[in-house]
Amino acid sequence: MSSIIKVTQVKKNFGKQTVLKNVSLTVEPGTIYGLLGANGAGKSTLLKIITGLLKADAGQVNFGEMIMPKAQIEIQRRFSFSGQQSSVDDVLTGFENLTLIAKLRHLAHPQKIAQDLLTRFDLTDAANKAAGSYSGGMVRRLDLAMSLVGDPEIIFLNEPTTGLDPASRNDLWKMIRELKAKGKTIFLTTQYLEEADQLTDQIGFLRDGEIVATGTPTEMKRLAGSAKLQLTFADEATATQAAATLATYRVTAIDPEALAVDLPDGNMSSLTILKQLDDAGMTVVNFGLVAPTLDDVFMKLTKGVD
Amino acid sequence: MKNYLSDTMTLANRLIKHNLRSMDTIITVVAMPVAMLLMFIYILGGSMQLPGVSHGEYVNYILPAILFMTLATGSAYTALRVFMDKSSGMFDRFKSMPIAKSAVLNGQVVSSVLFLMFSTVIVLLISFLTGFRAQANLGQWLLTFILVIGFAIMVTWLSVPFGLAAKSIDSASAFSYLLLLLLFVSSGFSSVEGMPTPVRVFAEHQPMTTMITAVRQLLAGQNPTADFWQSIVWIIGITLVSFFFSKRLYHQI
Repeated sequence: MSSIIKVTQVKKNFGKQTVLKNVSLTVEPGTIYGLLGANGAGKSTLLKIITGLLKADAGQVNFGEMIMPKAQIEIQRRFSFSGQQSSVDDVLTGFENLTLIAKLRHLAHPQKIAQDLLTRFDLTDAANKAAGSYSGGMVRRLDLAMSLVGDPEIIFLNEPTTGLDPASRNDLWKMIRELKAKGKTIFLTTQYLEEADQLTDQIGFLRDGEIVATGTPTEMKRLAGSAKLQLTFADEATATQAAATLATYRVTAIDPEALAVDLPDGNMSSLTILKQLDDAGMTVVNFGLVAPTLDDVFMKLTKGVD
Repeated sequence: MKNYLSDTMTLANRLIKHNLRSMDTIITVVAMPVAMLLMFIYILGGSMQLPGVSHGEYVNYILPAILFMTLATGSAYTALRVFMDKSSGMFDRFKSMPIAKSAVLNGQVVSSVLFLMFSTVIVLLISFLTGFRAQANLGQWLLTFILVIGFAIMVTWLSVPFGLAAKSIDSASAFSYLLLLLLFVSSGFSSVEGMPTPVRVFAEHQPMTTMITAVRQLLAGQNPTADFWQSIVWIIGITLVSFFFSKRLYHQI
């Protein structure tokens, strides 16, 4: 499979400040790529360079055979880009926002396109109300609908669910998954690890202007380390005693009465540990398995800890 | 590009809708010059003694400055709309679309100039009610119109880089105060002869005085003098410089 977007050694400075040191990434067609990073990591700048809004100081952006920005207009016909969270016109109605984009894309029957999208995104009732009066969830739906005008094959979304309540966020995730099911390629930026985990096929971690890690969500979690067994004891003395018994494992104290034990050989090794404690006559009050989250990777990578 | 004009009009049409839906904007833009007009005629005008200008003619004397004041106030809203489009991400969306890139700013300018001309016509109609009369013939009216629309285009382009560079809503429109200040330190409301020497030298040579004099002469029924041509040069010059800065900033955001 050949990649649909290929970024090669892109560099960008604003004055003396280096925003992107050296970024390379590839996106496969029909997948969701998640660019993950903290505020100020350079996500928006990279997105602007890929979509042709900014010029890179060095490096190259390819869309298949075409090179950005040389073939800018041709490439821009194939994608849509929604900027800072949601770029809708507050004064115009939902219907007018959609016809505006349809007209700028020079499509036939802008009104019909707008109506269809309003129906699809459940905005028919609010079609003739100013977008400024919409709720946060409605604005994002309208924003996504605007991105789909003209049925582009690649959809860029900048932090699509930032600031949304959980219900609206789930709605939007569902819509993004539906787009993928229709064969669209989606490139999104996010600060939410859960979002990247839920949605993406491939994740790139951007830190200090560099992609410091890349892989599938599963590979990323493996990077975060093994699963942990959490053990709670009746008191501190028992916990200390248990820690000594499990000296061959990597044990960390969470609370005075609670320990976390790394499971290097997978979840099943927790049986051995529990048996070992039982044999030593120590009572475990409670236990649980904790899978590594993307937060663990995120914390490791953003803090630069190994 | 064949779609260039239609893109510009689509984008201008969007902002015309903005203007029509916030009538309070037009009222704000018109209210200030009208209030100034009334104040100068009925409050200050009584004690204004200008050489060669009778009391009844004072409204004719200040009218050019009143018209330019309308345009200067209105251009603050252009800076504001540019700032809003920048900060809301609309510019990003438009820039990422397969359209002629200059259509976005040009759409702003077209809608702004239409809005400014509309406001100016309202102020002009009100000034007729307060006793303004022109001696201009059709040709002189036409030249006046050219200067006024030229001024509108100039302040609009001037407002664009301020809107693009602004960090907040307030700073976006702050430049229009500078324009208003220039209007007051000119021959707009009183003769420059009465001003202290350093102020007078500045007032005599700054572009506002030249443009006000040019409009005043035309409306008084005189044919274009050097002031008219100098005004045209000022307008073209300031517009070109602003245009250049606008393009530069627009590509950087």
